[in-house]
Amino acid sequence: MVNKPTRRTDDLIGQDLWNIQLDDQGQLKHFLTIEGLGTSILNQILDTAESFAGVNESVKKVPLLRGKTIVNLFFEASTRTRTTFELAAKRLSADVLNMNISASATSKGETLLDTLRNLEAMQTDMFVVRHADSGTAHFIANHVAPHIRVLNAGDGRHAHPTQAMLDMFTIRRNKGADFGKLRVAIVGDIMHSRVARSQIHALNTLNTGEVRVVGPKTLIPKDIESMGVSVYHDLENGIKDADVVIMLRLQKERMSGALLPSEQEYYELYGLTEERFKLAKPDAIVMHPGPINRGVEIESSVADGERSVILDQVTYGIAVRMAVMSMTLGGNITTQDQEKK
Amino acid sequence: MKNILIKNARIIDPQNNLDEVTDLYISNQKIAGIGKAPKKFAADETVDATNLWLIPGIVDLSARLREPGLEQKANIETETNAAASAGITTLCMPPDTAPVIDEPAVVELILRKAKLAGKTHVYTLGALTAGLKGEHLSEMASLKEAGCVGVSNARNAISNPLILRRAFDYASTHNITVFIEAEDKHLSKNGCAHEGAIASRLGLNPIPYAAETAPIAQILELIRDTDIRIHFGRLSCARSIELISDAKANGLKVTADVAAHQLHLTDMDISSFNSLYHVIPPLRSQRDMNALRLGLAEGVINSICSDHQPHEPDAKLAPFPATEPGISGIETLLPLTLKLTEDGSIPLSTAIASITCNPAKILGLDAGHLSTGQNANLCLIDPEEDWVFNTEDMLSHGKNTPFSGWNFKGKVVKTLVEGNTVFEM
Repeated sequence: MVNKPTRRTDDLIGQDLWNIQLDDQGQLKHFLTIEGLGTSILNQILDTAESFAGVNESVKKVPLLRGKTIVNLFFEASTRTRTTFELAAKRLSADVLNMNISASATSKGETLLDTLRNLEAMQTDMFVVRHADSGTAHFIANHVAPHIRVLNAGDGRHAHPTQAMLDMFTIRRNKGADFGKLRVAIVGDIMHSRVARSQIHALNTLNTGEVRVVGPKTLIPKDIESMGVSVYHDLENGIKDADVVIMLRLQKERMSGALLPSEQEYYELYGLTEERFKLAKPDAIVMHPGPINRGVEIESSVADGERSVILDQVTYGIAVRMAVMSMTLGGNITTQDQEKK
Repeated sequence: MKNILIKNARIIDPQNNLDEVTDLYISNQKIAGIGKAPKKFAADETVDATNLWLIPGIVDLSARLREPGLEQKANIETETNAAASAGITTLCMPPDTAPVIDEPAVVELILRKAKLAGKTHVYTLGALTAGLKGEHLSEMASLKEAGCVGVSNARNAISNPLILRRAFDYASTHNITVFIEAEDKHLSKNGCAHEGAIASRLGLNPIPYAAETAPIAQILELIRDTDIRIHFGRLSCARSIELISDAKANGLKVTADVAAHQLHLTDMDISSFNSLYHVIPPLRSQRDMNALRLGLAEGVINSICSDHQPHEPDAKLAPFPATEPGISGIETLLPLTLKLTEDGSIPLSTAIASITCNPAKILGLDAGHLSTGQNANLCLIDPEEDWVFNTEDMLSHGKNTPFSGWNFKGKVVKTLVEGNTVFEM
């Protein structure tokens, strides 16, 4: 019988509390989910990102996180998200370590916790984590050394908070800061989407006028209304008079689990064509977290059209991630502080 | 042999409708008299039980002791010791050990080890199908001969209804009760949380009601107009209780139990991804929990079990969906059952019956009641003791419990198995 150190048993206790994201001053400590964060924190993220958006255009690099080490801990393949996190960290002058642990360590029997302990021992300051299991970022935040910060870069179907915040940033830049007058429709595979869940929390925290989700019943999770959305099963009514239409990516494996019959039928019913997009407000914008499946969820002319802000989203992703990194790791940084430096 | 007198106890024995303060006499490891001393009785030992309750030793319908095969989690010695400390004198193991209990040699091994440990009586269920694979019938008659008190496929559902029907018929031929943990593996695939608002919000793979209720409905149709005895264990849904209530009303020989934790927790409890609340079937809604309590009060659910599943710490130290389900529950069976009487959910006699005579009847054992001539399997409880349950104080090798820090009233002070003290506080 192996005797485990008692510390690990103690780890089992006290995993509770959503607000592990906040320190005792109410400042952002980890960024795991939008849920439980107040309007002021979300606005603070957006404002900080606004100041960095300027930095990106002119100076490219600020020394805020010089000497800090950020580990990109990706248990799930990703190029774009990882790259924008890496760029964000480098523009803040941090050192970046990219770890793709898709199968290597875990297949050798090393537990997730073992992996964390090893990385902690390398004197790191922040983990940016992506993992296929919902709740992984919370698990890690609950078990890392106290000085380490955790950013969730996507956990299962649960949350992808930086994506949601860059979407909010994009909406605010295009539609202004008053979300109360906006009607936002999120279209597609809500069931499997961590992006949609985080967007819904963010939109509601920012007091958006109406949030709709649109999709067939097989792709809408049960009781999703409790998150503060109205559910539509047809695209026409779902995007009618919307100010913002967010299209979600449809994964090909959805056909195998009997969730959908075919990509063709999905496109016929839920694909955003130019014709259908006319049902939204004339000045509506269309967004997509990418990568796009052209001809599956969206027509190319809409994705590339003048009301598409899909590439803006990618650009703003860097500023938003810089904002969250600096807020969690570098304390509360405002534009003023940067000017002093 | 030693003669023991337990004096002045409040003796609660639901099967015999007994609830009074009196004395109990033990001679030759058996109950020799209640209220009246047997002839020529001279006590070698007297236990003053003033202000204490004396109930039949507790019978736990489902406790996984993890031996053989999963000794990193627990073993027969540690877990029967924990059981004894919790007032349990008889427990039943499901057949999903490694190797599976599908041949007499495994049964003999377990019974021998349990006897060696010398704490609690241990019984086993045998596998319903060989290797629990759902393809070939197990040698049920031999398993019964070796001591199995029933057969079960544990949580390994049999997907082919023809095999299921034949397995029932064959078990019935040999007068063996079939124990079912209803779960449709297609409907619960990769699931780890009750399908509802919480799972949707947390992005956890949902387990719908139908994963439990569809197989129950199917089995009830398969056994229509037969005298096959089926026991449905670990119910979690309100609808399951309706189905079983109807089946009972139609004269089918069905019984049911619920795990103690299902009567106290709901899916709200998983909302911070705390893996200690990861159980299968999942914690369901408040409405379901209320229905389970009501089902118990009305007698549709006959028994409460611990559904004891001890784990090593690593099994729970991972993101919620990647953790192993189950609670180390053997030490909270009695406290959680007694807690139900505090708010009037169920009367005390129902509470005691659901962990003594009722599970004994389901297992076909003449146990769980106090009658002259019975083995002296007893549990003494201090009903006024206020105490806090703590993982540090647990005797089970598995510390995976969400109940650490809970306040309870009523604590076991002494457990006797065949007249021998196996636990004393």
